[in-house]
Order: sequence, then structure tokens, then C-alpha cells
Amino acid sequence: MNAAEPLKCRPSDYKSEVKPIWCPGCGDYHVLMALTRAMAALGLPPERLAVVSGIGCSSRIPAYTNCYGFHGVHGRSLAVATGLKIARPDITVICASGDGDGYSIGGNHFLHACRRNVDLAYIVMDNHIYGMTKGQPSPTTEPDFDTALAPGGTGLRPFNPLVVALASGANFVARAYSGNPNETAELIVDAIKHPGFSFVEILSPCVTYRPDQRSWKDRVHPAPVTPTDDPARAARRLMTDDGFNLGVLYRGNRAPYKPPTAAAMLAPESLDEEFVV
Amino acid sequence: MSGANVPPVTSVAALYGIAHRIEADAAERYVMLADQMETHNNLELARMFRDLARAERLHADKIRDLAGSIGIGDGGGPIGPWKSDSPEAADLYAARYDMSPHDALRLALAAEERALAFYTDLAAAKVDRAVRDLAASFAVEEREHVALCHRLLERYPPASAVRPGDPDAPGDR
Amino acid sequence: MTSGASSVSVAMVGSGGAGVLTTGEMLLEAACAAGWNGLLTRSVGPQIRGGEAASLLRLARAPVECMADQFDLLVGIDWVNAGRFGDEIPLGPASLLVCDPAAGAPPPMAANAKRVIQLPIAELTKAHPAWRANMIALGAAGHLLGLDEAALHGVIAKRFATKGSEVVTANVAAAAAGAQAVDGDRGRVALAPVAPAAAKRWLITGNEAVALGALQGGIRFAAAYPITPASDILEWLAPNLTKVGGTLVQAEDELASVNMIIGASYGGVPSLTATSGPGLSLMIESLGLATASEVPIVIVDVMRGGPSTGIPTKSEQSDLNIAVYGMHGDAPHLVIAPQSVGDCWVSAHWATGLAEALQAPAIVLSDQFLGQAQTAIHRPAERPPAGQRRVADGATLPYARYALGGDGVSPMAIPGTAHCAYTADGLTHTERGTPTSGARDHLAQLDKRRDKLDGHEYGPLWATIEGESEIAVLTWGSLTGVVREGIAQARADGVSAKLIAPRLLLPTRPAEMSAALAGVKRLLVVEQTHGQQFLKYLRAHYDLPAAVSVLHRPGPLPIRPHEVRRHLIEGGSR
Ligand SMILES: Cc1ncc(C[n+]2csc(CCOP(=O)(O)OP(=O)(O)O)c2C)c(N)n1
Ligand code: SF4
Ligand SMILES: [Mg+2]
Repeated sequence: MNAAEPLKCRPSDYKSEVKPIWCPGCGDYHVLMALTRAMAALGLPPERLAVVSGIGCSSRIPAYTNCYGFHGVHGRSLAVATGLKIARPDITVICASGDGDGYSIGGNHFLHACRRNVDLAYIVMDNHIYGMTKGQPSPTTEPDFDTALAPGGTGLRPFNPLVVALASGANFVARAYSGNPNETAELIVDAIKHPGFSFVEILSPCVTYRPDQRSWKDRVHPAPVTPTDDPARAARRLMTDDGFNLGVLYRGNRAPYKPPTAAAMLAPESLDEEFVV
Repeated sequence: MSGANVPPVTSVAALYGIAHRIEADAAERYVMLADQMETHNNLELARMFRDLARAERLHADKIRDLAGSIGIGDGGGPIGPWKSDSPEAADLYAARYDMSPHDALRLALAAEERALAFYTDLAAAKVDRAVRDLAASFAVEEREHVALCHRLLERYPPASAVRPGDPDAPGDR
Repeated sequence: MTSGASSVSVAMVGSGGAGVLTTGEMLLEAACAAGWNGLLTRSVGPQIRGGEAASLLRLARAPVECMADQFDLLVGIDWVNAGRFGDEIPLGPASLLVCDPAAGAPPPMAANAKRVIQLPIAELTKAHPAWRANMIALGAAGHLLGLDEAALHGVIAKRFATKGSEVVTANVAAAAAGAQAVDGDRGRVALAPVAPAAAKRWLITGNEAVALGALQGGIRFAAAYPITPASDILEWLAPNLTKVGGTLVQAEDELASVNMIIGASYGGVPSLTATSGPGLSLMIESLGLATASEVPIVIVDVMRGGPSTGIPTKSEQSDLNIAVYGMHGDAPHLVIAPQSVGDCWVSAHWATGLAEALQAPAIVLSDQFLGQAQTAIHRPAERPPAGQRRVADGATLPYARYALGGDGVSPMAIPGTAHCAYTADGLTHTERGTPTSGARDHLAQLDKRRDKLDGHEYGPLWATIEGESEIAVLTWGSLTGVVREGIAQARADGVSAKLIAPRLLLPTRPAEMSAALAGVKRLLVVEQTHGQQFLKYLRAHYDLPAAVSVLHRPGPLPIRPHEVRRHLIEGGSR
């Protein structure tokens, strides 16, 4: 290799000048690092990429990249991403959420995005808490986790996003841990390259409201299985999963969403013929 | 660092690439930490992390010079050769908005120790002799950095044996 | 009604799938083929299929934009639950009632009609297994109207062409039998003959006209969540967008549909969705997002009775408040209200162009009456050019998406444009799009978004203004046609009034409205709401004359021209 040859795409090419305002120690810093590395690995120019998000600490990520970004309202990022991708299939669209944004207020869109199978990569930074609103329980919060809004815990069974994604028709299901930024980057690359709706759940600690999540680094482990394209097998694995298996857990081969196209193009002016009397 | 995290190093050229990458990643990480501290108005720490970043960049340059015509390659592409994280890159999770210089140096010490462990392991591994020798020389260097961290830690003792409590605690609002 | 009237109104009622809705459409089509103009609305019960239904048809020599005060002809195939339409089918002594003696007693409203023709519809259908009651009624009604029989048979043949020649023959024969049965009364409610229209005309509903206007105005992406009475728009767009290289996608709810169009439009493709009040309520948060992030979108609200599920199948103007004031924050946007079926085409075309040119959301505020009324209108002679979005090409760097200055419309970079990548943001942002909570940026961006709309030159389309008088009627939307006719009636009684109907409800046009109201001493406001929403809107934004009266009523009972006339005349003598 030639020493003088510069790297074609460096992760820094995908970072914007806007400085993140996440708490020091927040897992989302790692996710940003992983995301920009993934983008560099894909080698697409930043203007061919779009990052769409909702609201939450995690959803601040688009502005920290150098790509086209859309920072919308709480819970609706998948809808924006879907519209963008269908209207502009030539753009690579990455949608980013948090567990509150994606699984609670945006839960319905999650189901239907999986079903619809538009060629998107969906990354959810799951910290089992509403970070931005200062520590309320989210759908993935453990039932006994004490918060001001649910003293003593919610007592509710946590949402299982991977099982839901699989059951709803996602074409690629993976789990990553932000503390392994390189592995996370590779999973994001894989998700983007895989056709259809690809879902990557990223365990991304909230050091402020969930300091206990610093221990996740000792709990995560590579999934002891190879990816399957059999949804039934994947479902069995995911149902008995400890929540810390990392890697690609399902890789389907369903054809991505394709809107109908016309054989011949008509001029808009000609469409009123059907009304002429 | 788990064994799975260590990329195979089969040539001197590859090792130069990886060694350069280790220092560059470390520098990048300190810049991130410096930015975070700046954003959170811990300016003393921001300066400290910038100094550390500068030092790591100098190390990276030194390795590039050492490699000479052998070159440093692309150090494993945009993602890098490590499965989890680059060994000398500081642990972001350990950062706190109100961290002290002592905390920062502990962070740096842990990073240097990981780099040292990487080179020490490689120097003892069943690889090419030239690779082992080069790894051993890098290990010597890292050992000096570890020692430097220890000296600095003495200069910057813990702010107080007991933390006075978080003045901007998460539950306060 | 003497023969040779300039306008004839026909109602047909029936139940259990009697087919009166098809019959109404065919009658309108045959009349239009003969050169007449017409307006057809329908009224149905809550059942999905087989409920009671009424076709309400007004035929005229000149184009008509509202229903008349009374119906001249009521044809009852049967009377099951027909009483429910009592308020919608006013009859007078001159009205002609056609009924089947076997169908039992007509509903109370029919008692006003003093002229009755007995038509044994059920009996006649027994002559042939394929004869249907509605075809017999169609033939009879056509005959009473003096319609050319061949034209009517032509429409029948066209309608049933795909069913085979046997079906066509049977239906034509049934219609002929119906005509035969009322032969002695041929032309009893005849329209004055008219020369066939020289120019091509459209037979179109308001919903179709909105969809066509928006598509021809540049819309190439739509997201859809079904709701009565807006679904027709989406169903027309689904196949037709595909034909011009566009796309329609069905969303999981209105929260998704509005955000999908925001995403598509952010991607550079002009986008639309259509809904009714309940759906608009769900979209409101994201309308604010489109305003703040300056993404052009078009939302058509085909209003129905509210609040909540209200009366899904009936018209009302009660979404005015939410369309104008619904958003949180200060959120300038466009609200455009079509005034007739034909104007649905104009308004949707215009709204699309304005949204694109001004990078703001536009609400097209139509209603169930306009949306589902079918009418023959002149095909627009002139087609305004599609609205153009100002886009960034990367020539001026560094790129600032929300740059201040000029007319407030800053060039928008379309994803794929090099050197211009930016993050569109609903958070208050700087000129470059970076989130901020600073007072200066907040104010500057609020000013920008207000000024670009307020400062735009909207031209004469902003309002319909007709006549000069010290008395004016201010109205909007589908009531414009009713008021126009009410003013014409009052003129016959010696009272003249000026018609003012703003098409552009937001941004408001204080200078233009002042000019329109100059010299007006007495004002009548006419609107279809319970809470006088339009009057309150006018009072909030415009200086009104001292003497203001209001004619208002919620749906579903339509306001009729004679009520406007009465208000004008009685108000005048006070
Ligand atoms: C419609 C609406 N409701 C509520 C909020 C307040 N809100 C902002 S972020 C958030 C939760 C975010 O949680 P999550 O998606 O897990 O993101 P995190 O901050 O944990 O990364 C809420 C409830 C809002 N912005 N909009
Ligand atoms: S509150 Fe939690 S999620 Fe939000 S920035 Fe801080 S650490 Fe991250
Ligand atoms: Mg969260």
C-alpha cells in the first residue's frame, strides 16, 4: 500500500461542525462514531445519504452528520423516512430513533414500516428510558425500575422490539452495543446494504438516568448462532434471548417494497380526458 | 481486550498501519472528550484532553516517520481492524461532565495500559520475528506513557476522597 | 313548473340497493349530453350497502353551483326511511310527485307536493326478469324532463357496456317502459331547450377536480389514509399519479400520512394528502413541523359535520377554526377554500403552486358538498403554470438553508445536491439550520416565515368580488354559490348586494379586504357553522362595518338561496 495515498472516505468527512450536546459518557456518542464509520465504509458521498429522526436525545443525531438530515417531531421519523425513500429511491435513507420515540409514540409506525419493507435502515438507540424528558420509563424499561413518574416501577412487561420487528415483517434484525462501535458500524453497513427494512437495535446507555447501564459492557456477548433466514427459528431464538445477544439475528429475503409503475408515461394535461363530455 | 478483538498482524507493514491507527484513534477520542467538556463548561478538562490529543497525534506522526517507505496503509479502513474498539481510545462511558483532572488521567492511564497489553501480547505471539521485535519496541514506548500517567496522577490527586455530590444531579429538575 | 324552465330540480329516493345513486348520475350525464348544465349530490343513510339513498339533481340552462330552494320533481322508487331526507328535499305546491301506489304512503314531506303521478314501478318490473326499478324510474324522469330518449339510451348503453349487450338491451327496454308509462305527462317539468355546448366540458366531482388540479399543479407524491368524504381524492390519485410517474402510498394513520408527504417533499417531490376534520386534527402537530422546517405540502380537508366523528357524510364549514388556528406556536401557513366544484380544480392547482413557491404548508378547505357534488363545468381554458420551488444549486457557499433577507423564501437544497447538505429542523434554528434557543434567531425565523407569506402578491384569486352596493354579503367556500343566487333573487326584489368571498383565508389580506368593504354600510355574513366561526375570524382580522348580521347554521341542513334573499330584504327594511 502506498503511504501517500489518502483514505478515500474518512469518518470525519461525515461529521458536521455541530458539536453534540449529549451528556459526557452518553452511549449516543459511540453510535455517532459508529454511524460515521459505517458511512465512510459505504463510501457514498454525504449528499447521497439522508438521516431522518424524531425527538429525543438520540434523535439529535442527524445534525451531527454531514449528510442531508431531517429532525422531525416525536415519533414520526419512520413516516418521514418512508416518504423520502419512496419519493427518492436514489437516496440512501437511515432512520434513527430512541426507545420512546420508536417504540412508544411511534410504535404503530414501527409495525407498519416492518410490514411495508421499504428499503431503509432503522437504528434505534435503546437506553430503556426517556432521556430527554429526564428519566421517565419507556416501553423497554424494566418493570421494577424506580422513577418519579412510576415510583417503585411500572410493573409492566417490557416491549420486545426484535420479536415485534420479526413478527411484523422486518427483513433484517440485529442487535448492537454502542460500546463496540466497530461492530456496530459493521452491523449498520450490513443493514444499509441489505434490501428492504433493516432494523438494528443498539443498546446505548444513558449514563445520566441509567448509570447502571455502564455494566452492559460486561453483559453483552456475541450471539452464539449464525444468522438465519427462517423466521420461525429466529423467533424462537429471540423469544428466549437474554437481551444481550449481539449480531445479526435474522436476515430475510423478502423483496423490498416497490410502488407500482406505469408502462407508459402520460402527460398530466391529458389526464382530464376521462371527465370530458 | 478480548482475544477476538485483536486483528491478525502478519507483517511489519501491517503493524505500522495498526500502530498508527491506534494513536490516531486515541487522538480522535480525546478531541471528542475535549469537545464534550467544552460543551459542558468544564474548560480545564477540555484543555487537558486537547493536550492529550496533541500528544497522541505526535505519536501517530512519529510512527508514520518510522514506517518510512513501508507506509502505514489505511489502518484497517474506515471502521478499523478492531472488533469492539481501538485499544488506546479512551472509554467514552467513563466521561462525566464534572470529571476532575484526576479522573481524566485515570481514563488516559487505562487507555495506555490497554495499548501496552496489546503490544506485549503481540511481542509474545507466534508471529514473524520482525513483527515481534517491532511490537516490543512499541511496548517500551507505551510503558513510558503508562509511567508518565502515574507520575501525573500523583501531581493531580483525587479532588477529594469523598465526592461532594453532583451539583447538577439528574433528579433535581 | 311550466315547461321551459331555466332550472329544474329532481330528487330520487329509494332503499335497499334500489340504485337511485346510479340513476342520478345517468340522468345528469344524459342532460349534459343534451347541452344542459347540472349539479348532482347524494344523500345516504349510515348503512354501508342497501340503506336508503337519495339523488338530488339540479339541471339548468346556465351553470349552477348550489341547490335550488325547492325540488320540482320527486321520484320515489320506495319510501323506506325516505322521511329521513325530509329536510333535504323541500317541496312546494308546484312540485310533482311520482310514486308507486304499491310502495305505501309517501313520507310527510311529500304532502306539500300537490301534483301526483302514480307510476306502478314494482308492477312494471315484473314484465322482464332483468328489469330494475331504477331504470324504469330513470326512463320516467327523463321523459317528464323532456330529455331526448336516444341520448338517455346512449348513456345506459355506455354505463352497462361491460356487462354485455343483453343487459344493455334489458335496461334500455326498462327505461322505455318507464317513459311509456308517463307518456301523457311528457315534458311536465321540462327545461328550456339549450344549444349543445360548443366547448368541451367536464363532468366531474369536486373531489376529482381537487385531485386533478393538484396533479396538474405539480403534485407527484401522495400519502393516503381513508376517511369520508375525502377518500375519493386519494382513490383517484392512486392510479393517476402512477400514470405520470408519481406515487401514492397508503399510510397507517394520518400521523404517518402527513409525515410521509413531509419526507417526500423534503426529497424534492411536490406532495399532498387529503383528509377530513378528524384526520386534520391528527396532522396538526406535523403541520407545525412543515411550517418550521419550511417544507411545502398540501393538505386537503374535505369538511364534514363535527366535532369527533360527527356526521361523516354531510357537509359543514366547521373546520375553519382548526385550519386557521389549530397549530401550536405562531405558525403562518396557507388556507385556501374552493368556492364551487370547478373552483376545486383552480384552488388545488393554486394551492400547490403557492405551497411550492412559498415553501409552506397549504390547507385546501373543501367540504363534503363540493367534494361529492358532480357537475358539468367548462374545462378551464387557461392553465396556470405549475408552481416552482426555489432550489439551491450549491453556487453560493456556505449554504444556509434558512437564510434571511429578500422575500423570505430561501433556496431549498434537494438531497443529492453536493455541498448543500443540511438538517431540516422543527427545532428553532439558525440560518444554517443549527438548533438554537436564542431569542434573536427565534424572532428572525418567525419573521421570515410570516413575511414570506404576507409579502407575497396573490393577485385577484384571493377573493371573489361581485357587484357594488352599500350592502355586502361576506361568505366563503361552498356557500359562495348559494349567496350568489340569493343576491340574484334579492335583486329581482329591488335589493342589490355585493358578494365578497375570500378564497385565500390565510394569510389574511387586510388592505384588499378594506378596499372590498369600502362604502359598505351593512354586512351579512353567511356560513355553515354553529359557532359563527367565520364571523369571528372576520372580526379578528378585518375592520367590518357597524351593521353586521349573520346567517349561520350547522350542517347537515344546507343554507338555501331564498334564506339569503330573505335576510337581505328584511334586513334592508329594518
Ligand atoms: C408530541 C410530543 N410529546 C412529548 C414530547 C416530549 N418528549 C421529548 S423526547 C421524549 C422521549 C424521548 O425518549 P427516547 O425516544 O427514548 O429518546 P432518548 O432521549 O432516551 O434518547 C418525549 C416524551 C414531545 N417532544 N412531543
Ligand atoms: S440524558 Fe441520557 S440519553 Fe440523554 S444525553 Fe444524557 S446520557 Fe444521553
Ligand atoms: Mg431512550
